[in-house]
Amino acid sequence: MQFGIFTIGDITTDPTNGTTPTEHQRIKDTVRIAKHAEQAGFDVFATGQHHNPPFVAPGNPPTLLAFLAAQTEKLVLSTATTLITTMDPVRLAEDYSYLQHLAEGRVDLTMGRGNTGPVYPWFGKDIRQGIPLAVENYHLLYRLWHEENIDWQGRFRTPLQDFTLTPQPLDGVAPFVWHGSIRSAEIAEQAAYYGDGFFHNNIFWNKEHIIQMVQLYRQRYEYYGHGQAHQAYVGLGGQAFMAKNSQDAVKQFRPYFDNAPVYGHGPSLEQFTKMTPLTVGSPQQVIERTLEFRDWVGDYQRQMFLMDHAGLPTDVVLEQLDLLGEEVLPVLRQEFAKLKPADVPEAPTHEFLVERARRGEAPVPGGKEGSPARKDAQERAAQAAASTADATSSASTSASTSTKEN
Amino acid sequence: MEDTPDLGSPAGADPFTPQARHLVVVSGGLGDPSSSLMLANRMATAAADHLSAEGIVPEVHVVEIRLLATEIAEATVNPSRSAALQAALDQVEQADGIVTVSPTFKASYSGLFKAFWDLVDNDALRGVPVLLGATGGTPRHSLMIDTALRPLFSYLRSKVLSSSVFAASDDWGEVTGGQGSARTTPLQHRIDAAGEDLASVVGRLPARPRRATGEAKPLEVIPFEQLLRGN
Repeated sequence: MQFGIFTIGDITTDPTNGTTPTEHQRIKDTVRIAKHAEQAGFDVFATGQHHNPPFVAPGNPPTLLAFLAAQTEKLVLSTATTLITTMDPVRLAEDYSYLQHLAEGRVDLTMGRGNTGPVYPWFGKDIRQGIPLAVENYHLLYRLWHEENIDWQGRFRTPLQDFTLTPQPLDGVAPFVWHGSIRSAEIAEQAAYYGDGFFHNNIFWNKEHIIQMVQLYRQRYEYYGHGQAHQAYVGLGGQAFMAKNSQDAVKQFRPYFDNAPVYGHGPSLEQFTKMTPLTVGSPQQVIERTLEFRDWVGDYQRQMFLMDHAGLPTDVVLEQLDLLGEEVLPVLRQEFAKLKPADVPEAPTHEFLVERARRGEAPVPGGKEGSPARKDAQERAAQAAASTADATSSASTSASTSTKEN
Repeated sequence: MEDTPDLGSPAGADPFTPQARHLVVVSGGLGDPSSSLMLANRMATAAADHLSAEGIVPEVHVVEIRLLATEIAEATVNPSRSAALQAALDQVEQADGIVTVSPTFKASYSGLFKAFWDLVDNDALRGVPVLLGATGGTPRHSLMIDTALRPLFSYLRSKVLSSSVFAASDDWGEVTGGQGSARTTPLQHRIDAAGEDLASVVGRLPARPRRATGEAKPLEVIPFEQLLRGN
């Protein structure tokens, strides 16, 4: 089980004292937070990608992640999310491949579509094409990471002829990809098709949606023959604020909650913690809540926490990371490990992917020979061939009949 | 011609296993007591009586928007929904027929009424019979149903019945509908006629599939090969 933090890089005024960090301060603090996460015992740091204020998450996450790669040892550097809709897949392939080399493989990505309408036209795209863009762009990205001398043509980008990516992915193995979506079944299906991971941000929604999306992904992962449903790769988000005493946590966090971007000025803290995975309380409460996620979605591989938003001072964020690292993660690691059956894989690392490819066990998009998906496809093809043959023979019969009549 | 369904017995089936139809009343009434709720309930009762007369068991569910006011407001700025609001939306989205009434505010339905319908899935009420009603201070607002309510439900592609009921303050004073009334047909007559119209449409449509209480709407899977082909 991997534990990490993810940031959206929001610049929010601290509602308790009215101070707003400068962009420069927030960017440098993001670096501090990521480095601190490694020291506190986290496995993953993921940055959002943003193109509009009040966010300073990078427009191109590899810029930040490469800087962090140079200053960390073990931390896996990831995204939450990489905008697969508005970015050119060729540039994504190049930038993340390069990052993979710099970071010695400590890189993976979470693909997302982005739900801010105005961003799309800034990049010549249309939000109404969100799903088709995600499908086409990722398919090209996948090919760029797995093939050379590519000829390609699609709806959304200039065609490619004889294109070969440089640099090629580290050790010939593409970074692991998670596909994030809150409620689009198409994206769960996409993750399953490629044998990639599925990530649910698990922040704003009622648990029924989360359970449904993960279940769909798991079923389809098995259908495409990448493994059994319970072996599919699932990542979840989460959100917590802690104090030794739960009343103190509520008191301290409430002003930040009430004024937070996205969910502030809406439901009360009490209602929101009941409806969504947000936990405000003691470390023990965070432990219990997080273990509950496993009851919802089964054994999963990655748990991310949103910790540095809503104007919380950086020092408070670092204290929170320490609390999680000291009191929550050790217990969770132990408990999750105890519950996890041996045939459920760990979160994929670069070393694992290299080894898997060496064994010839890398997933085949759409399913290997013998998978239910492949069998269905073959059956459909056979039926189509048979009906074409029928049509041909009946056409020739009627032709001969009419010949006779003539 | 023997395939033509017998329109005289819409339930058409064994009388020992009568069919049920779910009527959902959505009242936009903001007060308590509320004339909109009263009108909506009377319209639903009229429809239910006519369904019963045709051998169909009417199940009537009432959603009072005023009781969900805070949750509706929260849900418009935040994706999570309270259990009570979700239960109301589930009822509406699975209804076999809907009776909905709003008070007239500033020549239209109330903002809260619209906020509730904004939360309903765009495709959920496709082809579902909807009977419209409205209340207002004076009969001069009576076209509100046609200028404001009807376009909303046309957008949702529901089967909006052409009959509707507008009840102005005066109408409530004329329950018995005196013979010599110079105004419109008495309110209760219009309610009965509209209820009958709704029942006749609901009774002839097959019952819509229902989920168990609390069960989430199933996700629809489009096979990925199809997504890749771009259709």
